[in-house]
Amino acid sequence: MATKFTAKPDELSKIDYKPPKKGWLDTPAEFKEHTFCWGAKGKNLNVVEFPNARDWSPAEEDWKLPENWQEIVLEGIKDRLSKYRSFKLFMDICVRCGACADKCHFFIGGGDPKNMPVLRAELLRSIYRKYFTASGKMLGKIAGARELTLDVLKEIWYYYYQCTECRRCSVFCPYGIDQAEITMVGRELMNLLGLNTDWISGPVANCYMKGNHLGLEPHTIKNSMEFFLDDIETITGIKIKPTFNRKGAEILFVTPSGDLFADPGTYTAMGYLMLFHELGLDYTWSTYASEGGNFGLFTSNEMAKRLNAKIYAEAKRLGVKWIIGGECGHMWRIVNQYMDTWNGPADFLEEPVSPITGTKFENAKSTKMVHIAEFTADLIKNGKLKLDPGRNNHLKVTWHDSCNTARGMGILDEPRYVLRNVCNHFHEMPEDTIREKTFCCGSGTGLNASENMDLRMRGGFPRANAVKYVRDNYGVNMLANICAIDRATLKALMEYWAPDVQVAGLHELVGNALVMTGEKERTQDLRLEPLPEKEAKE
Amino acid sequence: MRILFSFFAVIALVLSAYAGVKIANLQFLFGVVIPYIAIAIFILGFIYRVLKWGSSPVPFRIPTTCGQQESLPWIKQSKIENPSSAAGVVIRMALEVLLFRSLFRNLKTQLKEGRLVYGEAKWLWLAGLAFHWSFLIIFVRHFRLFLQDTPSFIKTIEGLDSFLQVGVPLLYMTDVVLLGAVTYLFLRRVFIPQIKYISLAADYFPLFLILGIAASGVLMRYFYKVHIVGVKELAMGLVSLNPVIPQSIGVIFYIHLFLISILLAYFPLSKLMHMAGVFLSPTRNMVNNSRIARHINPWNYPVHVHTYEEYENDFREKMKKAGIPVEKE
Ligand code: SF4
Ligand code: SF4
Repeated sequence: MATKFTAKPDELSKIDYKPPKKGWLDTPAEFKEHTFCWGAKGKNLNVVEFPNARDWSPAEEDWKLPENWQEIVLEGIKDRLSKYRSFKLFMDICVRCGACADKCHFFIGGGDPKNMPVLRAELLRSIYRKYFTASGKMLGKIAGARELTLDVLKEIWYYYYQCTECRRCSVFCPYGIDQAEITMVGRELMNLLGLNTDWISGPVANCYMKGNHLGLEPHTIKNSMEFFLDDIETITGIKIKPTFNRKGAEILFVTPSGDLFADPGTYTAMGYLMLFHELGLDYTWSTYASEGGNFGLFTSNEMAKRLNAKIYAEAKRLGVKWIIGGECGHMWRIVNQYMDTWNGPADFLEEPVSPITGTKFENAKSTKMVHIAEFTADLIKNGKLKLDPGRNNHLKVTWHDSCNTARGMGILDEPRYVLRNVCNHFHEMPEDTIREKTFCCGSGTGLNASENMDLRMRGGFPRANAVKYVRDNYGVNMLANICAIDRATLKALMEYWAPDVQVAGLHELVGNALVMTGEKERTQDLRLEPLPEKEAKE
Repeated sequence: MRILFSFFAVIALVLSAYAGVKIANLQFLFGVVIPYIAIAIFILGFIYRVLKWGSSPVPFRIPTTCGQQESLPWIKQSKIENPSSAAGVVIRMALEVLLFRSLFRNLKTQLKEGRLVYGEAKWLWLAGLAFHWSFLIIFVRHFRLFLQDTPSFIKTIEGLDSFLQVGVPLLYMTDVVLLGAVTYLFLRRVFIPQIKYISLAADYFPLFLILGIAASGVLMRYFYKVHIVGVKELAMGLVSLNPVIPQSIGVIFYIHLFLISILLAYFPLSKLMHMAGVFLSPTRNMVNNSRIARHINPWNYPVHVHTYEEYENDFREKMKKAGIPVEKE
């Protein structure tokens, strides 16, 4: 279809921030190559009964819309105005002060003014004004209102799939206007017309039918885990035997399927396996609830809820007491902000108590779901783990706060505590790029496809730039994080902008440092690469 | 175009007040009828808008968390930026409303030799804060016109506001600050290309309007003296619902009053409603405790899910072969 993405980093980093002369109301979107994802395949939309299922392509003129598409969109807006105060309010109270303008990684990395969060919102607001406010109806363009034409629809589609719903803009807005809330609505509207992207609808269909985004079937999950177990045996001499779908286990463990599938997520999965084995934890994996992440969130609230439902359902079926969740960004935004509301109450579970330390996880009293970084931090604090951080001495580590866990939950210090205990070299990136001000990987919310590399590399530029800074100043060579999307996408980003920096999940580093009972002298890390110091010792 | 439109709109308003009073002698219309209508629109419109927002629920708990969550007891929570208690939210909101906390965080992103740098950017915060606070103080100062005896706190405010003791009548600092801040807010919309790009007429219009109000007020106080006793008489008449039109208040006063009336009437129709909206913003006014306590979505409805049973039906044979337990053999 399209040519391979070949732009070089120094071409891409020439960014022109000057907006065009002509006003935005009159400039239709220009669909640039490598900036958008392919349209959804009809068959994937059909699996979950999404409307207007058909094959279509954003690059083509004809989007195969239903006759009454305008009506559908306007009805959709009306419905959502009545359902979400956030949406209604955020349509009305923006003063266009521009404080959010240069906070979005897509604007910083690309310079397209329609990627300023305020203007991205205005694209939809112009429609809202035209059809839902008196001033817009009367004054039209002078009030910033415009007709919902096909061009406008395409523009909204184009730019709402250039937002990773990372919420960075919301941190700086004096009213907390959250473009993520607006983008979600925008995408729901597109969804009403079947204007999904395939990189999202494919995983959604998979997740619905097979339990996880990657479409791993139960036996495949087990098989691929065999490989990790073999590697762990090679490294430690210990044979681990995890269980699947085991009734009566105390704890259900749910993690994104990305951890089971591709490097470097797989190393993180090895870390989980080793940790739980060492603790002798009474836990089980589930092949049905084999996904913590949720691509449904990038289509509609309803779909996200449908996909999320299996976690509690499985916990109930297996009769576990509570749930531990793995390292994942969107999953934790959902667990923290939506899950209990959607699919609770989880009254068939017990309030989580660590069987190892006896710590009650008071902050998970209602959801009964504990983040693995909280769980591990508690173990370390209570001295329950024997750790040899020296095994990570070949790594100079920096920490990437994933947007969703940072700004949609606030898990900032637990992983840092773990990190400081499992490795000896840790350097923070510059202050304005971490914690709540953290930058997105540029590929969240289903933008981690291969056809939109230009967008991804631009969007990830601010993150990569900060990593490059610590690479150049402190020799950092490892970017650690707690998100499966990060592990999948930061790799490509680093290769492009900051070569020599690798990407790891937190529990890979835990796995490296963990001294297991009865293990042999380790000479390799979880990547089966030689541990330099240990080698020297021999 | 958007700037000129707004500018001439305000000029037209000034001229119509001038013509209305000076030529057509419509003192009663401009001094009594229009202010009453404006106040009615303001109050009713304000209430209507707030109720309208309030009529939409907040189905999910979605605070933006700008700090460490409530977690293990030995991990220090950021109780204000990521509140899990009502007290935390109250403080967070107070900081937001009184001191513009989020805006204070503002940074300026720049690309320097291929490297992104983030610099301080406090001017918008400072100008915003200066503008809103001086507006409030000026507003409060005006209460002396509506009350028979000026309460002591207003006198105190006036005293503080004019403590520089410059000129006759004494110069109020807030007058200067307000004019300066509004001018800055206007100029940034003209000179910062991105801000200019996003600005609508609805952004320039209120700035010109407020500038007009402030300018006419300043002119009236320091230059073209109006008959202050008459102004007070008119104001008292308005509040006591017993309106009178005293003779010989200068036309500049009517211009001032008319612009204020327009601002009041325009308020509920416009973005100026951010004044009320900031209190309702779910990303700021909610506690982050949704893992601790259940939050109810009033329009929650059951959805169709792919059940475990259906799943097992699809994969039973494969599961059995792989040694994964199944419900039905
Ligand atoms: S910071 Fe908030 S109010 Fe200002 S332009 Fe952005 S969204 Fe609008
Ligand atoms: S949510 Fe993130 S990606 Fe979307 S507009 Fe805001 S800063 Fe940009």
